[in-house]
Amino acid sequence: MLNDLFPNVDWEKMWEATQETLYMTGVATVFTFVIGLALGILLFLTSPQQLWANKLVSWLTGSIVNIFRSIPFIILVILLIPFTKLLLGSIRGPNAALPALIIGAAPFYARMVLIALKEIDKGVIEAARSMGAKTSTIIGKVLIPESLPALVSGITVTAIALVGYTAMAGVIGAGGLGTLAFLDGFQRSQSDVTFVATILILVVVFVIQFIGDFITTKIDKR
Amino acid sequence: MILKVVMTVIQLENVSKKYRTANGELIAVKDVNLSVENGEIFGIIGYSGAGKSTLIRLLNGLEQPTSGKVIVNSQEISSIKGSALRNARQKISMIFQHFNLLWSRTVEENISFPLEIAGVSKSERQKKVLELVELVGLKGREKAYPSQLSGGQKQRVGIARALANSPEVLLCDEATSALDPETTDSILDLLVDINEKLGLTVVLITHEMHVIRKICHRVAVMEAGQVVENGDVLQVFQSPQANVTKRFVSQITDTNERKESIGQIIKNYPSGTLVKLLFVGSSTGQPVISHLSRELNLDVNIVHGNISQTKSGPYGTLIVQLDGNKDNVQKAVAYMNEHGVKTEVIENAE
Ligand SMILES: Nc1ncnc2c1ncn2[C@@H]1O[C@H](COP(=O)(O)OP(=O)(O)OP(=O)(O)O)[C@@H](O)[C@H]1O
Ligand SMILES: [Mg+2]
Repeated sequence: MLNDLFPNVDWEKMWEATQETLYMTGVATVFTFVIGLALGILLFLTSPQQLWANKLVSWLTGSIVNIFRSIPFIILVILLIPFTKLLLGSIRGPNAALPALIIGAAPFYARMVLIALKEIDKGVIEAARSMGAKTSTIIGKVLIPESLPALVSGITVTAIALVGYTAMAGVIGAGGLGTLAFLDGFQRSQSDVTFVATILILVVVFVIQFIGDFITTKIDKR
Repeated sequence: MILKVVMTVIQLENVSKKYRTANGELIAVKDVNLSVENGEIFGIIGYSGAGKSTLIRLLNGLEQPTSGKVIVNSQEISSIKGSALRNARQKISMIFQHFNLLWSRTVEENISFPLEIAGVSKSERQKKVLELVELVGLKGREKAYPSQLSGGQKQRVGIARALANSPEVLLCDEATSALDPETTDSILDLLVDINEKLGLTVVLITHEMHVIRKICHRVAVMEAGQVVENGDVLQVFQSPQANVTKRFVSQITDTNERKESIGQIIKNYPSGTLVKLLFVGSSTGQPVISHLSRELNLDVNIVHGNISQTKSGPYGTLIVQLDGNKDNVQKAVAYMNEHGVKTEVIENAE
């Protein structure tokens, strides 16, 4: 039945590509979360009137984040080819896409983390300080828990953006649904392949959005 | 004989705090000298921008003075840093106008927070939290999140949290300013209760004279960064010196009296003698008025009154019309003076 509707679709290949997309998105999301969170916290703490207020560090971090955030992803992929080669010895396969994905997404997420942290009531941080909390305690027990819903919805948006990035990373032969849609679908004029790949990408996006929204509402006690 | 040992818990010596702003230097606290004694409730009153918050934040090192010394619990807060300062802060708790609870934590988790900071074991924490929940009257709400509580309940959590590490000093920054009058009273009662039960020293800042009147032993009045007046609450009430203080005092006394002029009263009560009585606490335990009518056979007619309760007794004025034997009126005035009620004969009819 399905084979009649989509005569050119190789389901095995389609499933493999889906797995690759999920793999790239998943791994990149985890690294993006960690690096973006660290950068966002650094940006927050070094901003004026905060615990580590420091103009130089704040300006430096801010500039790096802004520069990487502004480079179009496709350019970033090309710029990073030598770096990826050095790091992984190859520029093919899902792993080869990871550096570009993470470097592209982490600054984006860092900005969202900064916005989330700025939303925290200053009084709560002050209360923690008045109790004699260390900065590490304030980060772990105030900043992160108090901004968690925003951090989660931010990483949801970022993960969805990453799904899009993985498709673009197809140009360096990263694999995944994007590559499949481009090589097998577009270049060979098999529009049913493109169609199915698109549907699968949409499903992935919707699932991520659903999980993100679910967790966000679950943890928001405001 | 009981010897009351008075110990100074908080001492400010020539403390100033300046901020650099876009419009140049701003002096938030200027040359303040104050001392707060062990176990008292000390009020600091002032209008917005007077520097109250800045001053109270100097007491737990949230701000460092530009010059001068801040000593709390015999530690010079203005010169310690790092872990010494953090440890000192565990004994100088603070509650806030907007409560500043962690919304992501339940009531019991919020109260437990300072204990976690102090490194108290889990079983100890649970025990202490249970005690505190009871003390502040929140039994049954332990699992609630702050968003499910009323303002008064949130402040109770704030108070419980502040008491968790058994502090010596409790700092209150406008702790009741976000609450309605009734809730304010219940929170103030709780503070008095804690002050008496735990012997905790309380420093409280406010812009409401009502709060000072109700629970403070001593008060300092701030204006433009300076302490313009300070002393026993009743004393300050009785003879306010600075203009700001007079304005604050009039918040709770003779407000009506001004409107309803003395002239009007005299017109309405043409006979007898009109006497203004000034109650200043302490002495008025005895039923002075009933003595006048019973023993001196005078008709006592209360014409105007404005008495409020302070920590050390009733304070306020009462205007009475005394009708009867002239000698007895004289005796009545003498009797009241003897019993610590100041009198002022407004008008002698006849
Ligand atoms: N971090 C700061 N930087 C610059 N100026 C400040 C800072 N904190 C306070 N000020 C200024 O110091 C003065 C005193 O402020 P403070 O908050 O102590 O007043 P307050 O008496 O607590 O007033 P309110 O009743 O409104 O809370 C104000 O003019 C305020 O603008
Ligand atoms: Mg203030």
